[in-house]
Amino acid sequence: MLATAIIVFREVLEAALVVGIVLAASRGVKRRLVWVSGGVAAGVLGAMLVAGFAGEIAAAVDGIGQELFNAAVLFAAVAMLGWHNVWMSRHGREMAAEATRIGKDVLSGAQPLYALGLVVGLAALREGSEIVLFLYGVAVAGGYSAAVMLVGGALGLAAGVAAGAAIYLGLLSIPLNRLFAVTSWLVLLLAAGMASQGAAFLVQADLVPPLGNTVWDTSRLLTEGSIPGQVLHALMGYTARPAGIQLVFYMMTLVGIGALMRFLPHRRRVVRV
Amino acid sequence: MVRHTLLPVLLLLALASPALADDPVIAIKNHQFVPAELEIAAGAKVKLIVRNDDPTTSEFESTELHREKVVQSGGQISVFIGPLDPGRYEFFDDFHPETRGHLVVK
Repeated sequence: MLATAIIVFREVLEAALVVGIVLAASRGVKRRLVWVSGGVAAGVLGAMLVAGFAGEIAAAVDGIGQELFNAAVLFAAVAMLGWHNVWMSRHGREMAAEATRIGKDVLSGAQPLYALGLVVGLAALREGSEIVLFLYGVAVAGGYSAAVMLVGGALGLAAGVAAGAAIYLGLLSIPLNRLFAVTSWLVLLLAAGMASQGAAFLVQADLVPPLGNTVWDTSRLLTEGSIPGQVLHALMGYTARPAGIQLVFYMMTLVGIGALMRFLPHRRRVVRV
Repeated sequence: MVRHTLLPVLLLLALASPALADDPVIAIKNHQFVPAELEIAAGAKVKLIVRNDDPTTSEFESTELHREKVVQSGGQISVFIGPLDPGRYEFFDDFHPETRGHLVVK
C-alpha cells in the first residue's frame, strides 16, 4: 500500500505544484476556478484516454511516439506559460494597481485564463496517464487487493494535493500588489524546467543530439529521487546530471520569454499613442 | 535520419555475425531485469529493446542516462542509448523501484 502511495504521490506532486502556482498567479481573477478545475478535469479524462491507447502511442512513429507525445505536451505547456507571462507583463501592473486601489481580492482584469486552464490540463494529462497505467497494471496483476490499492492511491493523491495546497497558501501570504511579480518568476522557471524535460525526451527519441550526456553531476548533493529533489525538479527543472541540450533549452526559454516580457510594448504606452 | 546511417552498419554487422545485428533486449520478468547487467561498447549507439513479461506496468528509467519510458504489460519499447563513455550506468523500474539493473559500457 505504501509503495502504491509513494508512486502516486510522486506523479501527483508535479501536477499539484503546477496547479498551486497557477491558482496563485490568477488570484483575484473572476472565473479562474472554473477554468482551472475544468482544465484539471479535462486533463484527467484525457489521461484515461491516453492510457487506453498507450500501446498505440508507444508504437507510433517508429517507436518514438511516447517521447513525441511527452515532448509535445511539455512544449505546449511552455508556450502557454510564456503567453501568460507576456500578457501579465503588459497588464500585470494595472492589475496590481487596481488591487491596491479597490483594496479587494476580485479583479476586473480579464486574464487569458484559457492559457492557465490549458497548462493545468496538460500537467494532469501527462502525470495522470502514468498514474492510470500504473494503477491499472497493479489492479490487473492482482498482487494487492483492489481495496488496499485504492487506499494507497488515495493517500498518494492526498499527499500530492497537500503539497500543491501548501505552495498556494504560501504564495497567498504575499500581498496582491506584489504577488504577480513573484508568480511571474515562478512561471518563468516552471516553463524553463518543462522545456529542459522536453529536450530530454527529444534526445531519447534520437531527434536532437545530447551535446554532452552529463555537463555536471550534483547527485551527491541532491538526487532527483529524493522529495526535495523532486520538488525542485517540478518547480524549476532541477536535474542532477543535465545533458548539454537541456541547458540550451532551459536558457533559450528563460531568455526568450524574458525578452518578450521586457521588450513587447506595454499596454499603457500603446494607449497613449 | 540517424537510423539510415545506422542501417548499413547494422547490415555489415549482420553479414559478419548475425547475433550482433540484433538490438539488445532486456526483459522484465518477476520484477527482475533479465539480464540485470548488459554490456555495450563505448562510443556506440544502440537501440535497446525493453520487453515487459510481467502482468504489471513498468517504467524503464535511468537518471544517469536521462531515459524514462513506460512499458506496458506484455509490450515492448525501444530506447536509443549512447554513444557513452566507459562506465557503469544504473537503470530501474520507476513503478517498482526495487527492480534495478546496470548498463556496463566498455
